[in-house]
Amino acid sequence: MKRRTVLMGGAAATLSLSMGARAVLAQEGPLKVGFIYVGPVGDGGWTYQHDVGRLEMVEAIGADKVETVFQESVPEGPDAERAITQMVLGGAKLIFTTSFGYMDPTINVAAKFPDVKFEHATGYKRADNVSTYDSRFYEGRAVIGTIAGRMTKSNKIGYIGSFPIPEVIQGINSSFLHAKKVNPAVELSVVWAFTWFDPAKEADAAKALIDQGVDVIIQHTDSTAPHAEAQKTPGVITFGQASDMSAFAPSPRVASIIDNWGPYYTKRVQAVLDGSWKSEGTWGGMKDGHVLIGPITEAVPAEVKAEAEKMIADITAGTYHPFTGPINKQDGSVWLADGVVATDEELSGLNFYVEGIVGDIPS
Amino acid sequence: MLGGIDPFILIASLIAASVPILLAALGEAVVERAGVLNLGVEGMMIMGAVTGFMVSVATGSPLLGFLAAMAGAMALSLIFAFLTQVMLANQVASGLALTLFGLGFSSLLGQGYVGVKPPLTTAVPFGPLADLPVIGEILFSHDWITYLSLALVGLVWFVLNRTRTGLILRAVGENAEAAHGLGYKVRRIRLLAILFGAALAGLGGAYISLVRVPQWTDGITAGAGWIALAIVVFASWRPLRVLAGAWLFGGLTVLQLNLQAAGSGIPVEYLSMAPYLITIIVLVLISSGKGRALDAPAALGQNFHASR
Repeated sequence: MKRRTVLMGGAAATLSLSMGARAVLAQEGPLKVGFIYVGPVGDGGWTYQHDVGRLEMVEAIGADKVETVFQESVPEGPDAERAITQMVLGGAKLIFTTSFGYMDPTINVAAKFPDVKFEHATGYKRADNVSTYDSRFYEGRAVIGTIAGRMTKSNKIGYIGSFPIPEVIQGINSSFLHAKKVNPAVELSVVWAFTWFDPAKEADAAKALIDQGVDVIIQHTDSTAPHAEAQKTPGVITFGQASDMSAFAPSPRVASIIDNWGPYYTKRVQAVLDGSWKSEGTWGGMKDGHVLIGPITEAVPAEVKAEAEKMIADITAGTYHPFTGPINKQDGSVWLADGVVATDEELSGLNFYVEGIVGDIPS
Repeated sequence: MLGGIDPFILIASLIAASVPILLAALGEAVVERAGVLNLGVEGMMIMGAVTGFMVSVATGSPLLGFLAAMAGAMALSLIFAFLTQVMLANQVASGLALTLFGLGFSSLLGQGYVGVKPPLTTAVPFGPLADLPVIGEILFSHDWITYLSLALVGLVWFVLNRTRTGLILRAVGENAEAAHGLGYKVRRIRLLAILFGAALAGLGGAYISLVRVPQWTDGITAGAGWIALAIVVFASWRPLRVLAGAWLFGGLTVLQLNLQAAGSGIPVEYLSMAPYLITIIVLVLISSGKGRALDAPAALGQNFHASR
């Protein structure tokens, strides 16, 4: 794939010698859409799910109207700028950069190419030709937090964190609040892996948590390694992250949060084709079909499953928000008074634990 | 400060976590005792990881996977052996090239294997022994590779220090000219040592991809080969000290994750850098030992040619 991208870059560089040829190509060929991935397409989690979304989009729009290129395992940080630029030079007119760490590189490249459109996932910086999109993963965390609180026998839940950014802290708080709601004795241990995708590190983190008596593992990293580790110890359960991870069902994987990007990608590509694309921020949840809960397996008792399904229905209907007061901050001060719902601004800058979680967030 | 960490479980997981670096470091210690500095440990480990993974997925047998891992790493090390023993190329440069080549080539071979589940290698069934308090957890809860690695430490110690073979190997590493003068085939002995080191590195790599993770992904060994090289120096090229070094490094990695999981108040950053910090401190302490050299084999890194 990488070679193909390079070849395309070369072809475009040749074409750009003659501006006329390039203009004709831009008008007549299919729209070229690029994707920058943080892990391999085969990670079975986050990147896999983005690629599923890409394929759904091509299917929905039609292969005659849209052509896609992607590059896997692009490191977050300055090197991403090179990869994105290369994709622009390869003729891509719309580029999705699918990880938080591509935020500044995307903004920088976008400033150089004002007629190319960019979509950055999970970030907060926008420009005239840069939109942002994200999903309310914390809604899914509320559901699996509920299952976790009901299912744990040791009353210890482990959470493998990736990076201490608002998205992950929302996930930790949401999981803990809802586990605690159904099981007041529950404790949460957080292990920071400082990576999105590193099977060895994720497996080690899962092992350390299990050694400490944790019997429910929630992960915010992208590989299936924690499931493989949990499988070695009977009685430990896990949840699929980003993708269904059904290879580990019915146990240890008892449910999953699925990121469903297809509808969004289809909508945005269609908007470019129609000429109606404009820069905006999208934060879709269960209601919009961005976040789905994968099949809850028979390892979960029927009444727990019913409780989880009711919560899915309530969140989807918009009658329940996972961050509804009364909620205190970790230091005991009031964050949300009774009945007050957290605003999107508060959530997108969330940088503190709620009351009851032990430990500090690394800076 | 240690929170609710169970020390016995910690020791058990420390033993398991140190298996890959123990195997690789033990192999490298033998190679270096023969006077060859092979910096390609990381490359050989990852070749073992990928070939072992591919074969055990294809055949469904972890045993065949481990054998293939040794074969794969040995095949890769033949490049290094050819360069340094036949072409008399610089050992440091050849070893580094071997690591770079191994990382890239394993990534190519492993293309279709990301996200595939290998057959599981389970703990050796000791029956009621595993349920004994304290020692059951520490001694009888492991897989057979772990026991094999410990047996190999004893075997290597015995061969190096108590047999004629070991004496010849050490002679080649201390003074190749003298060994040659006595009629020993220096290059053949070094070739065999390189192959032995590669087999152990491959086994260590396969332990990561088949037992510890168990999964394949690019760069899965994540620097374990470099840690193994540091352990060899730390251990002053002695097998029993290699074991101690591997447990120290493995133990620090396990301890920092367990401390996090147990909710200790120590900031994560300090815990993560602890293993590397201790490497530096230990190396400084060893090198500054009064009147005591590092005990490196005298001919380490020097190529040998019979015509000289």
